[in-house]
Amino acid sequence: MTQAAIDLTLLAVLAPFAAALIAPFLTKHLKHNAAWPLAIVPAAIFLHFAGFIGPVSEGESFVASRAWAPSYGLDYSVYIDGLSMVFGLLISGIGTFIILYAGGYLKGHPQQGRFFSFLFLFMGAMLGLVLGNNLLTLFVFWELTSITSFLLIGFGHLRAASRRAAIQALVVTGGGGLILLAGVIMIISVTGQTEMSALLASPDVIKDSGYYLPIFLLVLGGAFTKSAQFPFHFWLPNAMEAPTPVSAFLHSATMVKAGVYLLMRMHPMLGGTELWMTVLPVFGGITLLVGTILAVRQTDLKLMLAYTTVASLGLLVMLVGTSYERALEGAVLYLIAHSLFKGALFMVAGNIDHEAGTRDVTKLGGLRGAMPITFAAAALAALSMSGLPPFIGFIAKEVLYYGTWGAPSAAMALTVTAVVGNALMLVIAAAVAIKPFFGPKVDTPKHAHEGPVLLFAGPVVLSVTGLVLALFFTATGTMFVGPMLSSLMGTWTEVKLVLIPPYVNAPLILSLITIGLGVLLFLQLDRLRSAIAGVLTAIGWGPDKGFDQAVAGIVSLSAAVTRRLQGGKMQTYMALTFLATGAAVLVPGYLGGGWPTMPKMPVYTFYEWGILLVAVLGLIAVLIAKTRLTAIVSLGIQGFAVAMIFMLFGAPDLVFTQLMVETLSVVILALVMTRLNLSPRDHRKGGAALVTGAIAASVGVGIALTLIAISQQPFDRSLSDFFTEYSNSIAYGRNIVNVILVDFRGIDTLGEIAVVALAGLCVLALIRVHTTKTLPEEDQAPAPSGSAKREAA
Amino acid sequence: MRTLIFRTIAPYLSALMVLYSIFVLLRGHNEPGGGFIGGLIAASALAIFGIACGVAAVRRALKVHPMSLAGFGLFIGTLAGVYSLFTKQPFMTSQWWPVTIFDVEIKLSTPLIFDIGVYFVVVGAIASIALALEERESD
Repeated sequence: MTQAAIDLTLLAVLAPFAAALIAPFLTKHLKHNAAWPLAIVPAAIFLHFAGFIGPVSEGESFVASRAWAPSYGLDYSVYIDGLSMVFGLLISGIGTFIILYAGGYLKGHPQQGRFFSFLFLFMGAMLGLVLGNNLLTLFVFWELTSITSFLLIGFGHLRAASRRAAIQALVVTGGGGLILLAGVIMIISVTGQTEMSALLASPDVIKDSGYYLPIFLLVLGGAFTKSAQFPFHFWLPNAMEAPTPVSAFLHSATMVKAGVYLLMRMHPMLGGTELWMTVLPVFGGITLLVGTILAVRQTDLKLMLAYTTVASLGLLVMLVGTSYERALEGAVLYLIAHSLFKGALFMVAGNIDHEAGTRDVTKLGGLRGAMPITFAAAALAALSMSGLPPFIGFIAKEVLYYGTWGAPSAAMALTVTAVVGNALMLVIAAAVAIKPFFGPKVDTPKHAHEGPVLLFAGPVVLSVTGLVLALFFTATGTMFVGPMLSSLMGTWTEVKLVLIPPYVNAPLILSLITIGLGVLLFLQLDRLRSAIAGVLTAIGWGPDKGFDQAVAGIVSLSAAVTRRLQGGKMQTYMALTFLATGAAVLVPGYLGGGWPTMPKMPVYTFYEWGILLVAVLGLIAVLIAKTRLTAIVSLGIQGFAVAMIFMLFGAPDLVFTQLMVETLSVVILALVMTRLNLSPRDHRKGGAALVTGAIAASVGVGIALTLIAISQQPFDRSLSDFFTEYSNSIAYGRNIVNVILVDFRGIDTLGEIAVVALAGLCVLALIRVHTTKTLPEEDQAPAPSGSAKREAA
Repeated sequence: MRTLIFRTIAPYLSALMVLYSIFVLLRGHNEPGGGFIGGLIAASALAIFGIACGVAAVRRALKVHPMSLAGFGLFIGTLAGVYSLFTKQPFMTSQWWPVTIFDVEIKLSTPLIFDIGVYFVVVGAIASIALALEERESD
C-alpha cells in the first residue's frame, strides 16, 4: 500500500461529514431518490477499506496521521488493523444500504434531508471512533456518536416518548463517555502514550502499573453503558422510538457495538486478568439471559429484535471476558454474523410495519404471498440468527460453543448460559420470520404489498452476505476473522474455519440441544410470554423505572438545594454577602494577629473637619431616619461629603465620578422604591435591626482596619512613576486616570463595560418579569401531519 | 414632580446636560472627564427628562432603545481594539491619526473611539434601567 492510499483514510473518516452538509440540498431537489447519489459516499468508503483486506490479512497494520494540536502532542491519526478494518467495512457497507433504505422508508417525509444528515454525521463519528488511533480523538468521536444518536432517536421530536428515549440514551451513553474520559486520561498519565498503536506495542504497561483496577473500571463504565449491558440495558429498547433505519444501523450493527469494540481493542492491554475474566462473563451472561427473556415477552417486532440485540451484546461481552482464544474467535464471528442478520431483520420489521401498517406480531400473518422478497430476506437472516447451517451464524455458534466448552474456568456455567440464550434467540428468530409470513392471512391496517427496491435492497443484500460468507468460509477466516482475532490477541493468529464439522464433537451436540430446546420453547411461545409477563408484573420495578426515579430525584434535590440557597429574599442575600465580606476582611487579621496600630491623628484644617462632620451627620441621619426615602437621601449626603474630601486631596476625576454616581444611585434607589411599591417605613423588629447593624458594623470596621493596614505599608511608587512619565509621552494624554482607563488598561475597561452592558440587560429583564405568568409544562406539540406519522415507525 | 416649572425647564436642562456630557467626554484625555463620567451625565439627563415629561417622550426622542446604545458602544469599543490586529500588533494597541483643522491639532485615535464606546455603554445601560424604573406598571 502506498502512503497516499493510507492517508486517504483520514479523508474517508471526514467524507460522511461532508455528505451530511450536502444531503439536505440534494434531498430538496431529488426527493427520496437523493438516497442513490448519497449512498455512493459510504460505498466509496467501503471500497477504500476493501483495499486494505489484502495487506491486513498478511498481518500488516497501518497508521496515518496529521498534526492537530502539536503544542499538546495531539494528532489526528487513524490506525488500521484487523479489528478496525472489519468494523470500518461493516459500518460503511451496512451504512450504504441503510442510506438507501432510509430513502425508501422516509419517502415524502418533510425532514428527510435532515434525517440523511444525521445518519451521515453518525456514520462519520462511528468511523472516527473505530479508526481513532489517538485516545483523545477516540473519546471525542465516542461522545459524538452519543450526540448524533440523540438526534436520530429524537428525530420524531414531536412525541414525548421519542424525546424521553433520546434524552435517556444521551444521559446513559454520554455519561458513560465521561467515565471513559476519566479512564483515557488515566491511561495517558500512567503510560505517557496517547496513541493506540504505541500502547499496543507494549501492552503490559497498564497491568503492571498498579492503576489497573481504576482504569479497568473506568473503561468498563464506558463500554457497558454504550453496549447496553445489564443494568444499563434499558435505554436500547426505548431507543426503538427512532425510525427503523436508525434502529437497523445504530442499534444492531454499529453504535451499540462500540462498547464491544472498546473491550476488544483494550483486550491486549486490560484482558486476561482474573478480574477481567470474572466481571465480564458475569455481566455479559446476565445480560444475555435478561435480554432473551425480555425479548420473548414482547409482541412488537422491533422490541423483540431490540432485546435480542441486548442479549447478543451480552453474549459478545461474555465471550470477550473469557480471554480464551477460541471463545474470542467465536466473538469475532458472532459480531460479524450479528451485524448482518440483525441489520437485515430490523429492515424486514420496518418493511412489514411500512407496508402492513403494524408490527405487532399477534396482528400479523400470511404475508409471504404479499411480500415474497421481504419474506426471503427474513428467512435467510432468521436462519443465520438461529444458528442453522449453512449460514455464518452457524459457524459462529459452533466456534463459540467450542470456546465456552473449552474455557479455562467456569466452562459449564458459560456453556449453559450460551445454550439457553441461543435457544431463546432461535425462538425470537422464528417468531420474527415465521409468525408474520405463515398461517392464515390476517387483516392488517394497510393492504400489504412488496415495497420498492430501496426498501428491500438492504435486507436482501445483508442476509445473502450472511450466506456467502459461510459458503466461502476459508476466505472469511483468512480475510476477516483471522486479522481481527489477531488484534484481540495482540499476536498473529491463524484461523481455519469449517462449515461442516468433520466429526461429531461437543459443539455439534450443543447445537442440536439448542435447536431442540428452541423449537420446544417456540411451540409454547404464547404460554411462555404470558408467564414472563406475569413475573415481570409481579416484580414491577426495573432499571427503566429506576432511571425515571433517579432523574426525578435529581430534579427534586436540585429544587431543594435551590430553595435553600436561593430563597428569593433580598435581605438574606444581602446579609450573607456582607457577612462574607466582613469575615473576609476580619478573620485573616484575627487569625494572623495582624491588627494595624492606630495611626497618629493628623492635623486637619477647620474646613476639612467641617466636611467630615457633614459626612458623619449624613450617617446619623440614615440611622435615625423615619422613612426609607429619607435614609436614601441621607446616604447621599455622606456620599457628597466623601466627594468633597476627594476634591481637597486633588483627585478631580474621582470627585466627578463620585458626584455622578451618588446622584444617580439616590435617583435610582428612589425609583426602585416607588416601582416595587416598597412600604415607606422599615417594619423590622429591634432584634433583626440589631443583627443587620452588627453585620454592617463588622464590614465597616473590617474595611477601615484594612485601609489603615494598607496605608501603613511603604508606598511603592513604581507604577505611579511609570504612568506619570509615559502617559503624555507615549499615550499622548495628560489626564493619567483617563489614559490608564482607555489605553494602558484598555482591556480591563473593555471587560468592565461588557459587564455594565450585561448588568443593564439583566436589570431590564428583572424589571420586566411578571411572576404570575407560568409556562405550561405538558406537551404543546401540534398533531403530527399525515407524512410525519410515518416517523413513529 | 411634574410641576409646570420643572416640565418647562427639563428639556432645556437635559439638552444642556447632554451637550456638557459630550464636552466632558471629549476633553477627557487631557482634563478631568472621559467616557464614563460623560456617560453618567448623559444618563442623568435622560432620567431627568423622563421624570419631567414621561418615559414615552424620552423613548421617542431617542429613536432607538437605550440598550441598543449600550450594544453599539460595546461594539465600537471592541472594534477599536480589533483594529490593531490588522497591523500585526497586539489587541488594543492604540493607533493615532492626528489631523489639523483650523490650526488646531486634533488627535483622532482608537483610544478616543474606545472612550466613545464606554460613553455609549454607560448611557445605554444606566438610562435603560432608569427609564424602565420610571415606567408605570400599566405600560
